[in-house]
Amino acid sequence: MDWGLIVSETLRAAVGQEAIVFALAAIGLNLHFGYTGLLNFGQAGFLAMGAYSTGICVEYLQWSLWAGVGVGIVAAIVLALILGLPTLRLRADYLAIVTIAAAEIIRLIARSVTFGHITGGSSGINGYADAFYELNPLGDGTYGFGPWRFDDNRLWVLMVGWGLVGLSSLVVLLLVRSPWGRVIKAIREDEDAARSLGKNVYAYKVQSLVVGGVIGAFGGMVFAIGNQSVQADNYGTATTFLALTAVILGGTARVPGPVGGAMILWGLISFTENILRQASAEGLLPTAIISGTQVGIVRFMLVGLALMALPIFRPQGIFGNRREITFETR
Amino acid sequence: MSSVPPEPGSAKPDPILVVDDLRRRFGGLVAVDVDHVEIQRSSITALIGPNGAGKTTFFNLVTGFDEPDAGRWTFDGRPMQRLPPHRVARGGMVRTFQLTKALARMSVMDNMKLGAPDQRGENFFRALVPSFWRAQEAEVEARAESLLERFRLTRLRDEYAGALSGGQRKLLEMARALMSDPTMVLLDEPMAGVNPALGETLLAHIQSLRDLGKTVLFVEHDMDAVNEISDWVVVMGEGRIIAEGPPEAIGNDHVVIDAYLGSHHDAPATLEEEQRQLDELTEATARESE
Repeated sequence: MDWGLIVSETLRAAVGQEAIVFALAAIGLNLHFGYTGLLNFGQAGFLAMGAYSTGICVEYLQWSLWAGVGVGIVAAIVLALILGLPTLRLRADYLAIVTIAAAEIIRLIARSVTFGHITGGSSGINGYADAFYELNPLGDGTYGFGPWRFDDNRLWVLMVGWGLVGLSSLVVLLLVRSPWGRVIKAIREDEDAARSLGKNVYAYKVQSLVVGGVIGAFGGMVFAIGNQSVQADNYGTATTFLALTAVILGGTARVPGPVGGAMILWGLISFTENILRQASAEGLLPTAIISGTQVGIVRFMLVGLALMALPIFRPQGIFGNRREITFETR
Repeated sequence: MSSVPPEPGSAKPDPILVVDDLRRRFGGLVAVDVDHVEIQRSSITALIGPNGAGKTTFFNLVTGFDEPDAGRWTFDGRPMQRLPPHRVARGGMVRTFQLTKALARMSVMDNMKLGAPDQRGENFFRALVPSFWRAQEAEVEARAESLLERFRLTRLRDEYAGALSGGQRKLLEMARALMSDPTMVLLDEPMAGVNPALGETLLAHIQSLRDLGKTVLFVEHDMDAVNEISDWVVVMGEGRIIAEGPPEAIGNDHVVIDAYLGSHHDAPATLEEEQRQLDELTEATARESE
């Protein structure tokens, strides 16, 4: 087994495009779930808004990619309002039901034959984001050091992506350290207490849902532009729950939590996959147990095992505060 | 208040809260059915009554946490019906809860700061630029410090509110409610679950609120506490106001005693009634022995 390769692949994956996409999705979810206590189970829908807005604007409307980015932000805001306005006055569970359903509706519409001429149906929209790569200031070639060597286009995506992660984290940091952040944390702890102190709980929940949704939409844009491809099935419920995993892994209600969580999650996925692939190729795994084609599925089982270890040994997450989780809420 | 007749719905010389025809039904149960009640300004009014009398529902209705089926009420001359709870609070009527709502995973200081009204940094866009709200934040913190000092919570300022004892939470909740400098404070069972020594402190704090000119309306089951600090007592039973009066008079009111202990608890049974009860008993014994 080539352990050097396994380690370097893991390190690459930890800063790779998936880590960026899920870090952005998780930063948004952390604002919803970690700070405001909103159960948004449809973050994938917000990613889809970002991704499809860029794709549809370029391919179907023949607009520029940058108009698509603007439309993506507006679309995420509109989705947050559609989901939030009717449900945020109700108990927390209703938002969960509505968001999980809405995200699936968006995915199924996107991949339907009926709207295929707009969304590309099940084959999606491909090769549309050249405008992004034309802006690449890096000349042709390979850059980086150690395990982190990338070609110019890949590095350009990673630079912009991590820039967005940094910017989003900064915005969340400023927000949660402000009196605004104090109000949303109070809503998480007890809505009625916040109301009794004169806070308009509903307005704050809507604002939180919008901001977290827009950050999620940026994740979708990175996903789509980085792959030069929008695929409906990338925005299923698994995406939401992997992002939620990243939040919990890193530690809820911690600004670096979702970023660290996403990096560790994708490092872990790459690590298990590479081990299994190599072991399988070298005949170390009897085919009666795992064949080469099953590796992709089995790696998630192993990741699942690792994630089960987390709440047992470190329930507060990597960056979490142990004392904080000892208090019962409600 | 000596001129006020001790009867349900009596008019007060300077009422701050005036409630008319307030009704709230839960299915077939009429939880609150108040024709008229007035609360005197800058006084301590106790709201008592047996469990299920509608005291907490009455609180929920006037503070906007529940919507009545009918009714109107004014606070400080302004109509308050149909206002959402945060608007009621901003209007100067702040409440606490029977089950204390300390914000567990926030520090005591953050709990206090939350209570301050009109914070510039609570606006989403201004929150992003600390220079807009730093100065005000410092004022809020100073005010919180002085209230914590008054309630002897200073040494707990950086502790999580979830780590406080039940009594300390009651103190914190009361101190937090005062951050907005409200005109009227509604306290739902401030003494419940508080040890006697801390209870005395709480009572002293409630009295000091009145001395600062604030109006206090509180629900309480501890009659000693009610007698000790209240200027006026309003008694609810089955949703209605059944009696009102100064505390020394209310303890002897037969309507009140009936409400708590059931009517005719000490009246001698009539001959027919005795016979009927006897019959029931014989019947029951007969059935059991079968």
